[in-house]
Amino acid sequence: MPVKDYLRLRFLPHIWCPGCGHGIVMSGMIRAIEEIGLEKNEVVVVSGIGCSSRMAGYLDFHTMHTLHGRALAFATGVKLGRPDLTVIVPMGDGDALAIGGNHFIHAARRDIDLTAVIMNNRIYGMTGGQGSPMTPQGMRSTTAPRGIADAAFDLVELAKGAGASFVARTTTFHATELTRMIEKAIRHKGFSVVEVMSQCPTYYGRQNRLGNGVEMMKGFRDNTTSIGSKKREARPDLIERGIFVDEDRPVYSPEGLKAD
Amino acid sequence: MRKPKKPNKQTQKTSSTMQTQRIILSGSGGQGVITAAIILAEAAVLYEDLNAVQTQSYGPESRGGATRADVIISDAPIYYPKVEQPNLAACLTQEAYNRYSRSIRPGGLLLTDRHYVRQDPRIDAHQVPLDMHETVMKEIGNPIVLNICMLGALIGLTVLIRPESVAHVLERRVPAEFLDMNRMALQTGLDMVTKMTR
Amino acid sequence: MTSERPNMRFIQGNEAIAEGALYAGLQFYAGYPITPSTEIAEILSRRLPEMGGTFIQMEDEIASLCTIIGASLTGLKVMTATSGPGFSLMQEAIGYAVMAEVPSVIVNVQRGGPSTGLPTAVAQGDVNQARWGTHGDHAIVTLTASNLQDVFLMTVAGFNMAEAFRTPVILLFDEVVAHMREKVVVPGPGEIEIFERLRTSVPEGTNYHPYLRREDGRLPMSDFGGVHRYNVTGLVHDMWGFPSTDSTIAYDLLHHLVDKLENRADSIARYKEYFTDDARVLLISYGSSARSALQMVVDRRKKGGKLGLLELQSLWPFPAETVREKCEGRTHILVVEMNMGQICHEVKKVVSRPERVFLANRFDGIFISPGDILRVLNMVQGKGV
Repeated sequence: MPVKDYLRLRFLPHIWCPGCGHGIVMSGMIRAIEEIGLEKNEVVVVSGIGCSSRMAGYLDFHTMHTLHGRALAFATGVKLGRPDLTVIVPMGDGDALAIGGNHFIHAARRDIDLTAVIMNNRIYGMTGGQGSPMTPQGMRSTTAPRGIADAAFDLVELAKGAGASFVARTTTFHATELTRMIEKAIRHKGFSVVEVMSQCPTYYGRQNRLGNGVEMMKGFRDNTTSIGSKKREARPDLIERGIFVDEDRPVYSPEGLKAD
Repeated sequence: MRKPKKPNKQTQKTSSTMQTQRIILSGSGGQGVITAAIILAEAAVLYEDLNAVQTQSYGPESRGGATRADVIISDAPIYYPKVEQPNLAACLTQEAYNRYSRSIRPGGLLLTDRHYVRQDPRIDAHQVPLDMHETVMKEIGNPIVLNICMLGALIGLTVLIRPESVAHVLERRVPAEFLDMNRMALQTGLDMVTKMTR
Repeated sequence: MTSERPNMRFIQGNEAIAEGALYAGLQFYAGYPITPSTEIAEILSRRLPEMGGTFIQMEDEIASLCTIIGASLTGLKVMTATSGPGFSLMQEAIGYAVMAEVPSVIVNVQRGGPSTGLPTAVAQGDVNQARWGTHGDHAIVTLTASNLQDVFLMTVAGFNMAEAFRTPVILLFDEVVAHMREKVVVPGPGEIEIFERLRTSVPEGTNYHPYLRREDGRLPMSDFGGVHRYNVTGLVHDMWGFPSTDSTIAYDLLHHLVDKLENRADSIARYKEYFTDDARVLLISYGSSARSALQMVVDRRKKGGKLGLLELQSLWPFPAETVREKCEGRTHILVVEMNMGQICHEVKKVVSRPERVFLANRFDGIFISPGDILRVLNMVQGKGV
């Protein structure tokens, strides 16, 4: 099926700015779902609040646009109510890790069979460029004009530590890798986390002089590398991409663990 | 030591207009006074066709602290569920005795355990100190059933409800491996009263 | 010996809530432990899976309510239970359930507040929070009860109203009722009507508009995972469930959310009357304090006092017509509650002679007694204290 057959064309155009990375993530998600061969009625998308969360409304699945930070809690209810459905949770970095941090670590601890796709643009876009828990130390936001004092989370380490059984990282520049990772994450039985480094040229890029969307994506190309790559010996600051955790575990149920 | 005088029987369960029984069972957390109160009230409701309400006041402690359970038993509807002036009370610790003994209705019955409580002769009630703890330890060897022994003594003293009704509740509530021990404790309490009043 | 009736139980208030929920068809419970409601979760963690339902303990009360809302959209009957601090945390998600019109039942076993307050003591201070805790204009259903048979029945009624009106329903009980034990006769199957939500008859392949109201104002639902795919949001939304900032759509939606309950206030109203026919003094109370009020009425009646009691079992929408009518011609109205006058204020607003409305209350963690009420009555009748 063409990508547009998975969209609610009635509700387009979307609200995303020119150069925003979220459309690439949505496209990757659709291609992954098509690749797996899921029927539209078998998929539920539950989102919270923020630019990335508007994705739920555009997609022609069962969709739920919920409260800031709480998407994983709503999704937990949907999944336990209908365990046969595939439940995908697109989130932003502020949504998932600031206000929703508690739900994030507990979904990972339970290892409940949800797929969390976290679009990390390192900023609150919808409200105009305030700092998030993923804004790197020293970078500017409208609430940190002299550079942010707080250290950022390492999302991969956080997800691993909290117990997620599938943890991956990629970027909007690596569109094919992105589709493949979301596909693997959806197929994985357990809590799957895909961090997608995404660009917000309007707020993060402009405040920190990182250029337009294309230039920011080139930054993802130049500042990341595959897990285990030799490049990191020379440049240890490179951010690793790839699948960090992929473990087969018994499938979570509140009644107790069951064999898959 | 002088035997306590025989208390008045508090109820005659023959007429349809029984006197409403207002009971406070008190002790420390972990002694099982709330459990005893529940068993007493449940027996009255399920096996005697009476109305009963049980409430409790408690603090954050699971063990220790003063615990109090209220039971009202009546053949009429019960509205206000708390006991302000009990006509029957049992105190299993000195702290509970000091706190609750003065609220007893003049002429009421106040049961205590000699091992735990030193009675104050100024209290206007029929005070009945029994060696429940000592007897339970000697005959059963486990203090966990002191609360059921207390219930046996209370029923023996007052004809509140029939012992069989309490026995039925014990069968429903108590795990099989502890049932015999609880039945023995109930009988021990009843026997102590019989010996006392003989 | 009286023969044992299998449907007669001697249980705690929290167990009556759990049993009422199961009778009403509860299928999904998510919660977080908090005194004095914890027994509800403990009982349902055992009972619900036995009956094929799902129980989950969540990381907090916010997650608990969000989770049951998600489960409700898959077609299940859902509940959570909490007390004051947890109820405060749930307020945002209550608004979501109001806005998205998701059937859900929220039990609040009240304890002393504000904040952590008096965790093990009785209070009725959350009456206005149940009404206005979540932000924005809205309507809500709040039910309560004073004895355990009624706790069971009101829990069933709460589920029925949640499903019938597509709304969150607050069951506002209190510590005394929740921890008290007394007799409950569990009705047999079919003795009380159980409502199921209205589901759409629109066939697959035909457009289903999740928020297009029928002529009677009702919105037929379609379960997630079914043949109709649609969007649910907490934003102001159109008939497709898609976000909208259109002022006409916003106006109509807010009116609908309020009218669907406020216009049915009479059919939602639940109350009981005791000795009201010839009562010169009318007491108004609800929850456990109604027991003390009734005790006081019965005691004074024995001495010839012309007292009566109106026991409210639905607090919101406030049964204004009923209260106005029942208060007519009384010399004194005495509102008995365990807060600083939250329902008393509502009564004063609706009666023709508000100067005759007085408050008998406690808010110090001590359960209000018949003596407490009598002292206030004597005072307002000029008989001294």
